[in-house]
Amino acid sequence: MSSQRPSGWYAVPAFAFFGVFAALPMVLVVYLSFTTWDGLSTPAFNGVDNWTRLIQDGEAHASVGRTLLLMVVSWLVQTPIALLIGVWAAGKQWSRAVLSSIFFLPLLLSTAAIALLWQVLLDPNFGAFIGGPLFLGDTDIAIYTVVFVISWQYIPFHTLLYQGAARAIPASLYEASIIDGAGRLGRFWNITLPQLRYTIVTSSVLMLVGSLTTFDTVLILTGGGPGTATRILPLHMYITGFSGFEMGYASTIAVVLVVLGTALSVAVMRWSGFRSMSSQQEGS
Amino acid sequence: MWALEDQVLNPIEQKSIDSFKAGGGKAKLETFGNDPYKQRLRVAIGSPQAPDLFFNWGGGNLKEYVDAGKVVDLTAALDENKAAKDAFIPSVLDGAKLGGKYYGVPMRGMQPVILFYNKKLFTEAGVQAPATWDQLLAAVDAFKAKGITPIALAGSQAWTELMWAEYVLDRYAGDAVFKNIRDNGAAGWKDPAVVESFQKLKDLIDRGGFGNNFASVGYDVGGASTLLAQGKAAMHLMGSWEYTNQLDQSPDFVKGGDLGWVAFPSIPGGKGDVSNLVGNVSNFYSVTTDSKNVDAAKKFVTTTLHEESYIDALVAAGDVPPVVGAEEKLKKTPNAEYATSVYKMVLDSKNFQLSWDQDLPADDATFMLTQLQEFFLGKVSPQQFVDAVAAR
Repeated sequence: MSSQRPSGWYAVPAFAFFGVFAALPMVLVVYLSFTTWDGLSTPAFNGVDNWTRLIQDGEAHASVGRTLLLMVVSWLVQTPIALLIGVWAAGKQWSRAVLSSIFFLPLLLSTAAIALLWQVLLDPNFGAFIGGPLFLGDTDIAIYTVVFVISWQYIPFHTLLYQGAARAIPASLYEASIIDGAGRLGRFWNITLPQLRYTIVTSSVLMLVGSLTTFDTVLILTGGGPGTATRILPLHMYITGFSGFEMGYASTIAVVLVVLGTALSVAVMRWSGFRSMSSQQEGS
Repeated sequence: MWALEDQVLNPIEQKSIDSFKAGGGKAKLETFGNDPYKQRLRVAIGSPQAPDLFFNWGGGNLKEYVDAGKVVDLTAALDENKAAKDAFIPSVLDGAKLGGKYYGVPMRGMQPVILFYNKKLFTEAGVQAPATWDQLLAAVDAFKAKGITPIALAGSQAWTELMWAEYVLDRYAGDAVFKNIRDNGAAGWKDPAVVESFQKLKDLIDRGGFGNNFASVGYDVGGASTLLAQGKAAMHLMGSWEYTNQLDQSPDFVKGGDLGWVAFPSIPGGKGDVSNLVGNVSNFYSVTTDSKNVDAAKKFVTTTLHEESYIDALVAAGDVPPVVGAEEKLKKTPNAEYATSVYKMVLDSKNFQLSWDQDLPADDATFMLTQLQEFFLGKVSPQQFVDAVAAR
């Protein structure tokens, strides 16, 4: 096996890059999480004060809850839609190609533009839904509005993943099943879905970790409001660090985010059996 | 030197730099947007990249930098340049005075918070501009009955809500209550007057004073200002910059004479003087201690900012400069009525309280703003608000 792979030295640039721009800052953040630092003076070591504070900080707990809610709901919304559209778009008809490229547009817009666009559209006084529900102003609805906007932006990307994967399914499988008398639904259920399982895992990891670190959309769309109704953990970290200038405590929250994100992707990989995945290419 | 990005103001700042350069000095202006500015400054000021001169809001905002030993004491420099020191209105100059020492020099107009109203709507409803809290409540009921939002509030941003909290507490309890909180610690919030004034504010919210969708109205996108200009809302409590904003966004509304303004109403039995103001006293330039050009920077702040040409440029831009005797200049401007009345308000005020979020340390201010938003949403009662902020 090893003889088929390039030598480990090829990875040196990548590791160096990772070390300087990812590992080193992470170590610094862990150090800062044990200090009090207002951004002005030198960080002062304060032991586990930040960590005990985190355990008692109701606002931080609530923001973890919101983050998880956002994560689960966006996964539930995005996966089926992206999967179905992706499989549909994998067909070769020209109309599908045209529709797919139109559908792809949201992904080309910048996140800031999307957030501002929806903010204007959903404005209760001048937007498109005057007199309708307060999509951004109701504490019970706002988080779902955020999920909607994030989904609107990222479903096209995941659709693209599924479209690519669906096109790679060998046509011979379908041909054989048709001979065996399988219907449309049966083919989707017994061939397409199982063949797409690794794509589902990949897409899910991207989605889950992506929603864990979602930040810009929420910052611009709601700023965490109304009140704290959409203040998710990354935003809580940002507000603590860059409005309150409690850099030490914000670093503590950042460490929690890193741990959560890593744990999450490891868990998804494990649970989905990603580690034992084997190549699907014929002949291997 | 570092300042905020401002299309109107930056050219004026640049001019002051040019005139300083003409006199043999050296200077360069760099500007940033509001939030990025606060962050950049924070990080830069302890580093070799620190600017020589920086823009700030005075008060507690400046205090953190002063406490960290990063700001030059300008008292002696101002004493040497009597002309500069005497030029500024004392109460404004005091905005950057900490522990009896001056740490900044005013560099732009005064921005008290004023109650703006739509004159046309008031005439149609047969209501007077409110001078007392009861008149305000009566006006709220009158506009509600007509299906008009009584008060526009850009409640997706906490600082707009803060203006209401500041004025209600000031009028009801007087200016000493907040000063005590600022100077003697968060326990000062427990003064019973705070809960009582927040109860008044809660009554106003519950009465529908701000309508039912204020939590999704933003100020930066012009939401609240447009509501006022289009006659969808009758009143709007905002900083004095609202006038220039309206002039820019809805010129016909202002030129047609429909934009009215009054001081914040008095509260019956309240201890606060009705002349008291809250808002931005002014903005200031301060000198950093690590600067290699301390002397040049000192010279700049004591020679250019009260110069005739600089003040003229501020006035022309619609600012109300913080200098003594600016009235004559203001009378000659196109918006003389407004500018002179703002100027008079500041001169006559017994106390000019810097916005709480600028006057408190950043961490406390951030926490308070969050609690305030929850309060306006009805998620937190006056008592719970006080308990939370007092426990900080």
